Amino acid sequence: MKKTPVAAIVAVAALALLPLVLADNYFLHLLILFLIWVIIGSSWNIMAGYTGQVSFGHAAFFGTGAYTAGLFVMHGGFSAWWGMAFGGVAAMLLGLPFGAICFPLRGAYFALASLALNLILMHLATIAERFTGGMQGIMIMPTFVSKVPYYYITLGMAVATLVVVQSIIRSKWGYYFVSIREDQDAAESLGIDTNRYKNVSLAVSAFFTGTAGALYMNYMGFIDPHVVFSLHDYSVMAILVAIVGGVGTIYGPAVGAFIMVGLQELFRSGFFGLFKYLGDRTGSETFTQAMEVVQHAHVLVFGILVVVVILFLPNGIVGDWGKIRKSVFRSKPAA
Amino acid sequence: MAYFKVEKLVKYFGGLAAVNGVSFEVQKGEIFGIIGPNGCGKTTTFNMISGVFPPTSGKVIYQGKEIQGMKSHKICHLGVGRTFQVVKPLGRMSVLDNVTAAAFSRVNTIREAREVAEKTIDFCGLAPVADVLAKALPIAGRKRLEITRAMATRPDLLLLDETAAGLNPTELLEAIELIRKIRGNGTTVIIIEHIMHLIMTLSDRIHAINFGQSVAEGTPKEVAANPQVIEAYLGKDYA
Amino acid sequence: MGILLQTIVAGLLKGGLYALIGIGMTLIMGVMGIINLAHGQMMMVAMYIAYVLNTMGVDPYFSLLVAMPTLFLLGVLIQKYLLNPLIKVDTILPENQVLMTVGIGMVLTEVIRFIFKSDYKYVTTSYSSATFFLGGISFNVPLTIAFFIALAFTAAMFWFLIKTDLGRSIRATAQDKDAATLMGINTGRITVVTMGLGAALVAAAGCLLAPVYYIFPDLGGPFTAKAFVITILGGLGSTVGAILGGITLGMAESLGATYLGMEYEDIVGLAIFVAVLLFLPGGFKRLTKV
Repeated sequence: MKKTPVAAIVAVAALALLPLVLADNYFLHLLILFLIWVIIGSSWNIMAGYTGQVSFGHAAFFGTGAYTAGLFVMHGGFSAWWGMAFGGVAAMLLGLPFGAICFPLRGAYFALASLALNLILMHLATIAERFTGGMQGIMIMPTFVSKVPYYYITLGMAVATLVVVQSIIRSKWGYYFVSIREDQDAAESLGIDTNRYKNVSLAVSAFFTGTAGALYMNYMGFIDPHVVFSLHDYSVMAILVAIVGGVGTIYGPAVGAFIMVGLQELFRSGFFGLFKYLGDRTGSETFTQAMEVVQHAHVLVFGILVVVVILFLPNGIVGDWGKIRKSVFRSKPAA
Repeated sequence: MAYFKVEKLVKYFGGLAAVNGVSFEVQKGEIFGIIGPNGCGKTTTFNMISGVFPPTSGKVIYQGKEIQGMKSHKICHLGVGRTFQVVKPLGRMSVLDNVTAAAFSRVNTIREAREVAEKTIDFCGLAPVADVLAKALPIAGRKRLEITRAMATRPDLLLLDETAAGLNPTELLEAIELIRKIRGNGTTVIIIEHIMHLIMTLSDRIHAINFGQSVAEGTPKEVAANPQVIEAYLGKDYA
Repeated sequence: MGILLQTIVAGLLKGGLYALIGIGMTLIMGVMGIINLAHGQMMMVAMYIAYVLNTMGVDPYFSLLVAMPTLFLLGVLIQKYLLNPLIKVDTILPENQVLMTVGIGMVLTEVIRFIFKSDYKYVTTSYSSATFFLGGISFNVPLTIAFFIALAFTAAMFWFLIKTDLGRSIRATAQDKDAATLMGINTGRITVVTMGLGAALVAAAGCLLAPVYYIFPDLGGPFTAKAFVITILGGLGSTVGAILGGITLGMAESLGATYLGMEYEDIVGLAIFVAVLLFLPGGFKRLTKV
């Protein structure tokens, strides 16, 4: 397992300097979303990609973190920043009993149970109106007007997540996680308490996802059950980010987050306003309609992407890099 | 007090008795062979000893401690290592990483684990393929990896489940040499094997099982001369 | 007492439909070893077929004849070109095929949304809200018809699985794929047929539900959730379990809706799911052994 590549250090340095040259709010917003997805994608990856326990309901942990932050404000009027300290812990506390129940059952149980957990929390957050605000959600006043502080906080957290994930993967835990993924019986025979280490992996994953949720609450200033517990927008997106980038690789989720956030925005904005521009210039109805179609197509594109990536790039861009280089650049893959 | 002992082990799967009263004792430092026809319950016995599943009844006593029903990983930490008949390599990890993962059962830092792994790999003769992915190894390599990995957990008692099946004559000789070396290191070995040549040359004593029950025990010569055993286990070639 | 009886009847009728949904899912689970997370979405597609035919004046019960073969074909194509190729792909994630069904479910939902937009559609028939009374209990006519048709399909399915060669091959593959292959069963073909059958069964459920339910693209997700609750409840891969599971879920939902409030209808199923995981891992299969 290799040392931190120079590219990663350069990328972080570039990201740190970026607001000095480019203080555009729109770009900062996209970058903050990208960094939040680096955190969520890496968290999902540590459990699914490294430990082999695929979660279909990571929004459960994200939403728990977000609601922890929101509830600090709603009950007792604390700052939502307390959520940054406790959101991850709350998600972990949710994950531990859940893992203790599901991990001893092998097979598809864990994946399905995580999906159910996600749905249960969404319903609970909706029903418990007195406590969570129900469908109304929770709205808070943002702390900063400028996006720059949020940007640096998110960048710091994303880097911290990657550093922690990397050091875990290169330690005893990492070896244990991968052993469990590769063969549970063999892992047990080598002295690995598989249930315990699956739980460790879940705890780490839930913690960082929950913290990302709390960060989201602080940054966006608004949450409701269908936003933060969304199956498509979080649980499936987390899977996509990791798969597109490369499951079971350290930097894969970061690459995946970049691509997925980019794609999402590409469609949401109608090719970054291209259609609107063309529509205004030509005065033609066709472009305005085309823009609407494109905006509505983004989930469809995600769906198609899931299908195509699983069929052709099952190990993602980082994992299948050799294969991609070979076919695209016609050069030999690095051995 | 016996070093290792199983007492009247019984295992039912549904209504079927896979093992129905197996008892034997193993002395420290011994190579102890278990023979029997296919499906007679040898691997089931190993699985009960190593904690893959608990016995329906009976005891497993290791260094004076009852270990039946304990989890596999606990039993491993007590010093009982095992290999699998159907090999279970950690496929997408290199040979070195496979063995390093095993070494973590005794040490905590990556440096120590690497050191233990490298030594064990040298000892077992896998050094030339240390960086190869486990799934890319040929069958002989995988069988040897099973042993190497088990050795990296520093077992006091090693259970070998048909580690010689599928090997060619040269590889077989190497396997015999390795098992002798492991015993020479002070490790007690219990071995299940179909290849009579190997088990007859290696074992100090042999225990025979049929239909889930113990039927004979003794030195290789005694067992080989036992008429029941000849008929049931060794077939016409040895009769 | 009257309310309780009424609730039980409503739950039972709904349960018959759920059983039909569950059997398809559990067949797929048994044979392919995967949970089909596009199951509800397939049903949704069938409901839109019923809707389109209805606008042309076709009764939803006759649309069964179109929707079932169409969905059978869809299932076959999905299995053959999207799921079976994954078996050969070398990848880290074991749940690759399940993920694929998630993607397929998204595509189905969005394609339908593309064509029909998000608004609610209704299949209106003269009998949509017709009821008859039996001993003081009201029976919704379309739900009662649906119940009996579902019963007929379930019986036919059992006959097929037990009496025909293809059915036996499916059960053999579900029990032990490798052994089935050794016995000369083309397990690749069996998986394709099974997915087709599962899709056709859920299509039937969709057509039967169409007259009494509103139709919108996102209804697939909740029904997929119901289908897997039924499957877990019944014990993964057990057909008898799926029937019991379907009826249990139907009853529980309708009891929950009556005595806890409408907003609890959906959460009841999930609560059952959790209870089963905690107290009866393995589901009804553990009790019935079928």
